[in-house]
Amino acid sequence: MAFAPSDEPVALKILVAGGFGVGKTTLVGAISEIRPLRTEEVLSDRGVGVDDTDGVEGKTTTTVAMDFGRITIREGLVVYLFGTPGQERFWFMWDELSYGALGAVVLADTRRLTDCFPSIDYFEQRGTPFVVAVNCFDGAERHEPDDVRIALDLDPEVPVLLCDVRRRASAKVVLVTLVEHALKTLTAAQR
Amino acid sequence: MTGPQWIDDEAGPVVRPYALTGGRARSSGDNIDLIALVTATGAPVGNTADIGPEQRRILEIASHGASVADIASDVDLPLGVVRVLLGDLHDQGLINVRPPVKAAPLPSERILKEVINGLRAL
Repeated sequence: MAFAPSDEPVALKILVAGGFGVGKTTLVGAISEIRPLRTEEVLSDRGVGVDDTDGVEGKTTTTVAMDFGRITIREGLVVYLFGTPGQERFWFMWDELSYGALGAVVLADTRRLTDCFPSIDYFEQRGTPFVVAVNCFDGAERHEPDDVRIALDLDPEVPVLLCDVRRRASAKVVLVTLVEHALKTLTAAQR
Repeated sequence: MTGPQWIDDEAGPVVRPYALTGGRARSSGDNIDLIALVTATGAPVGNTADIGPEQRRILEIASHGASVADIASDVDLPLGVVRVLLGDLHDQGLINVRPPVKAAPLPSERILKEVINGLRAL
């Protein structure tokens, strides 16, 4: 395996996935300088049956906004965060985003746990290392990580943690947990 | 009335995005990775008719190297459009594109440990 020498710039990609309104934007914003990134994808046949274009047959593109954040570890070592819409209809973007990704954070809301099923299925199938971070919303009943693990039927090695995505310190713990998990996955694969 | 007041940022771009690419949605830039590093080669720009203000802006941003995502965000154009423009610039020898991770599906242990320490120190 070829390793990049230390003077070659290295860019890493971490995905932040989860259902609508679960706090993806807040998480990316808590830990990095957040910027909008627009994609205007040409609707292909993959959109057929998903995007109802009846009456707007002239519409050939669809606009999706992603959250995009950058963390500079040092000169020449940058981590990019991409907050991706969790719905299955955006999977055309996920294929591109997950390619070469270091790992993914699946954000979960215990009041709507099923929202993160598609993300978990996706990363399990792709073999992308991921952690499940349960965002503790004010007023939501708190659940122990182990209860969430059982409810989501996760493999024992997948880290599950509680977090408050509004807090930078909490967002840091989530990312560190993910990178540590990715490192473990990597060293296990090399053995 | 002094002109159409509703054309503000909220209204979106006045020019349809793919108008900038001559309507093309595909180019040699299709497969450029989102976090690939783009660097302007500094080669002289040929016929000025071939290159628009958006391409010039991209060359400016990429003069010291920038990722595709950074460029798309900076020029505030959809990724698909930026890829077409990057493909053209690459074909003209005006940019170099370096994939983010060569030869390895995951970065080295050393790099990951550096990232972990760097994140902790934030």
